[in-house]
Amino acid sequence: MGLLFHIGRYFAFMASALRRPQKGRVFAQATAVELEAIGVQSLGIVALLSVFMGAVIAIQTAHQVVGWVPAYTIGFTVRQTMILEFAPTIIPVILSGKVGSNIASQIGTMQVTEQIDALEVMGVRSISHLVLPKLIAAVFIFPFLVIVAMVLGIGAGAWICMAADLSSLADYEYGIQMDFRSFDVTYALIKTCLFALIITSVSAYHGYHTSGGAKEVGRSSTKAVVYSVVIVMVANLVITQLLLT
Amino acid sequence: MIQVRGVDKAFGEKAVLHGIDAKFDAGQVNFIIGRSGSGKSVLTKCIVGLLEVDAGTIQYAGEDFTGLTPKEREGIRLQIGMLFQGGALFDSMTVLENVVFPLRMFSSMGTEERTERAMECLKRVELEGAEHRFPAEISGGMQKRVALARAIVGRPRYLFCDEPNSGLDPQTAIVIDNLIRDLTQEYKTTTVVISHDMNSVIEIGDNIHFLHKGSVAWRGDRKGILDSGVKELDTFVYASDLMRNIKAKLQGR
Repeated sequence: MGLLFHIGRYFAFMASALRRPQKGRVFAQATAVELEAIGVQSLGIVALLSVFMGAVIAIQTAHQVVGWVPAYTIGFTVRQTMILEFAPTIIPVILSGKVGSNIASQIGTMQVTEQIDALEVMGVRSISHLVLPKLIAAVFIFPFLVIVAMVLGIGAGAWICMAADLSSLADYEYGIQMDFRSFDVTYALIKTCLFALIITSVSAYHGYHTSGGAKEVGRSSTKAVVYSVVIVMVANLVITQLLLT
Repeated sequence: MIQVRGVDKAFGEKAVLHGIDAKFDAGQVNFIIGRSGSGKSVLTKCIVGLLEVDAGTIQYAGEDFTGLTPKEREGIRLQIGMLFQGGALFDSMTVLENVVFPLRMFSSMGTEERTERAMECLKRVELEGAEHRFPAEISGGMQKRVALARAIVGRPRYLFCDEPNSGLDPQTAIVIDNLIRDLTQEYKTTTVVISHDMNSVIEIGDNIHFLHKGSVAWRGDRKGILDSGVKELDTFVYASDLMRNIKAKLQGR
C-alpha cells in the first residue's frame, strides 16, 4: 500500500488515540503502569550506555586533540555531545528498539488474538484505551531518561579523565562549564518529547494494524523499529535546522 | 430480538454475504451454522459492528444499529456480551481482573460491589478459586468459561458465542453448552451461537440458521434440521456416521 495511504491512516489513528479517555481512573492506572514499563524498566540500559559513551567520548577526544588544544576541550566535547546528540537522539533510537518493539508486539498480539475486538464489542474505544497511556507516559518519562543520560555521561567523562589521567578534574570542570547555553538543554528536551511521540505512536500504529499470526506480529515489531528510527532521524534533521539556525 | 435484513458484505471483489435475512429471538439459543468459509464469522462481526455492512440493516430491539454513529452505537454495545473463539482474555490481567474489567469501564459500582458481582459470575461458571490465576495458567476450557463470565458480568441483553466448543473435549463442550442454555434462560438474553458442532445444535439449538455460500439456505428448529430436504444442509449434517446413526435411532423409535 502506498505511502499516502499509511500517512492518512496514521493521522486518523492518532486522532482516535488522542480522544478523551472513557474512564479517568482506568486511564490513570494504565498510564502509571506504562511509566513503569517505559521508564523505570529502561533506566538500566540508559544508564549503562550513557556511562560507557561518556567515557569513550572523553578518551577519543583526549586521544585526538589534546596536545594541540587545551585539556578542557575534553569536558567541553563530552558535554556538547551528550547534551546535543547522544542523550536526546541516540538514547531514543536505542529505546525504539526496546520500547517500540515491545509496544508493537504487545498491541499486535492483542490484535491477532481478538483481544482488541473484545474491547470494541464491549464498547471500549480500543485505540485511545491502549495507545494514549503509552503516549503520555513516553512523552513524560523520555525527558527524564535523557537528563539521566546527560548527567551520567558527563560524570563518566570526569571519572575516566581522572582514572586514565587524561586531564585534571579542574580542566574537565572548566570545560563542561565553558560557553554553556541553557537553550541547548531546552533544545534537547524538545527533541526528546517529539521523538517519544514518534516512537510510541509509530510502534502502536504498526502493532494495531497487524493481521495474521505470530509471524506478522514479528514483522510488525521489526517495521515499528525501522520506521521509528528513520522518522526520528528525519525529524532530528528538521528540528535541528529549525531550532539551531 | 435482533433482526437482520438484506445484509450484503464483500471484501474487494469477493462477495461474502448476499441478502442475509435472519431473526434472533430473545430467551432463545439461536444458531448460525455452516461450513468453514460460509460467512458465519463475517455475519457475526457485521451484527456486533466489528465490520460495516455494504447494504441492509441490523436492528437491535427495533433500533437500526447500522444507521448509528460509533458514539451512538456505544449504548447498544454496552448491552452486548461476546465469547470469542479463542477466549480473547486479556493476558496481562488475572481471571478476576478480566471479569471485572467491563464493570470498571462502564459501571458506577464500587470496588467491593464489582468484585462481588464478578465472583458471582465466576461461581456461575464454576471457577471459584481460579480468580487470581492468569489466562496462561488455566486450561482452554477454563479460559472459555472465564470469557463467558466476562461476557455476562454486565447482564447483557445480547450474548454472542463464536465457536464456543472449538478445541474442547466433548465433556467440557457439554459443560459450555449447558452454561450457554442456562444463562440464556436465566437472563432472557438473545443468544447467538456460531458453530459447526452438530452436537451443540441438537443439544441446545432453539432457532437455527444454515449459511451456505454467504446466503441463508435454511432456517428452522432442531427437530426440523434432520429432515430439512435441503441438499447442502443434509451434506453438512450427515458428514459423520454419528449423525446418520442418531437419525436412524430416532426414526426407529
